[in-house]
Amino acid sequence: MKIAIPVDEKDIRSNVCISFGRTPYFLFYDTETKESVFLDNSAVASTGGAGIKAAQVIVDNEVNVLLTPRCGQNAADVLKAADIKIFKTANASAKENIEDYISGNLPLLEEIHAGFHGHGGK
Amino acid sequence: MQDFMGTEVSSMKIAVLSGKGGTGKTLVAVNLAAVANKSAYIDCDVEEPNGYLFFKPEGILEKQISVKVPTVDNKICNGCRKCVDFCKFNALAYIKDKMIVFEEVCHSCGGCIVLCSEKAITEKEKMIGKIQKGTSDPITVYTGMLNTGEASGIPIIKKLLTENKQERDKLTIIDCPPGSACAVMESIKDADYCILVAEPTLFGVHNLNMVYRLVKLFDKPFGVVLNKCMEGENLSEKFCLEKNIKILSRIPFDNELGMMNSNAEIAVRKNLKYRAIFSSLIEIVKKEVHHETTINS
Repeated sequence: MKIAIPVDEKDIRSNVCISFGRTPYFLFYDTETKESVFLDNSAVASTGGAGIKAAQVIVDNEVNVLLTPRCGQNAADVLKAADIKIFKTANASAKENIEDYISGNLPLLEEIHAGFHGHGGK
Repeated sequence: MQDFMGTEVSSMKIAVLSGKGGTGKTLVAVNLAAVANKSAYIDCDVEEPNGYLFFKPEGILEKQISVKVPTVDNKICNGCRKCVDFCKFNALAYIKDKMIVFEEVCHSCGGCIVLCSEKAITEKEKMIGKIQKGTSDPITVYTGMLNTGEASGIPIIKKLLTENKQERDKLTIIDCPPGSACAVMESIKDADYCILVAEPTLFGVHNLNMVYRLVKLFDKPFGVVLNKCMEGENLSEKFCLEKNIKILSRIPFDNELGMMNSNAEIAVRKNLKYRAIFSSLIEIVKKEVHHETTINS
């Protein structure tokens, strides 16, 4: 299974980024091989629709599960269409969140915000 | 009085702008239009137009405004994703062999349609808002209204300004959106003169500087109206003096004016002092435009 997390730095002990669409990096963690791969988020400097583009990247990388503190409506629509489940992070570091997810201690992300379109996103 | 474009100064277009909301754009624009008598007032602040609240125009004619957004035939689409990669606003996603179009993110550039080698993308109309034209005798009042959640009000602003072109013999006052982004640029594009409204505070100067840079970039003749003037230091005034910017008028921080404004009354129709302030402002602006056109011809 492949897990994706928005992270501030290219390190598994890095903090989870508070933004999904405009995170600097994504961490992809493979639960079978226990391998971590970091990817620059190409959506970070988008004029608009960063969440949509970031979600497309998650889908294209054949991720099964996304762990994130927040997610906007448009990104959630893309992820839903690809049957990717979204869980809400409960810890500061990516590593702790992965462990909690594996042991079944992370809740599904229920609150999908409407987005910050045109307010701080431009 | 002819200017270099061959149009009368009495038919000039004056744009009123400021770096943020609440500075007094609408106050200045509405009162200028009202004092000018035979004029057209255009509310380009399409996200939250409010000039009509003052003018209470009658005999309203309405036009719906639509833009074109893509629609995809997934049976024809070959999944090349050229359109997805092209879209600067990320309005398109390709998930599980299907295109998803985010219409409210689309800026209607039509690029995806041009790029699609399979001709799987076509255009459809999407309503984004409306424009209204009415009369508050003798002023023609145009109002643009963008539906909530839409990406851009620019198609509405464009329509407002082209509709108004029929009224060549009238002085036109353009009430701009706040800030200095695309919608403001569209609003001032054809203006003969720009009035920048500024508050005396530190925030006021910051916002004044934004629009100052914009009008310089657009090479527009301009001047500043200092609003909410109080006793003591006026940082926007200081800025104008430093940059050698023409100060057109000073409007006091006045309870009475505030009351009239919050009751949606037009100050120049109610109060002689303000009639005098705005009459003199319009005369100054006319002279400025004439001066500009003389040195430019």
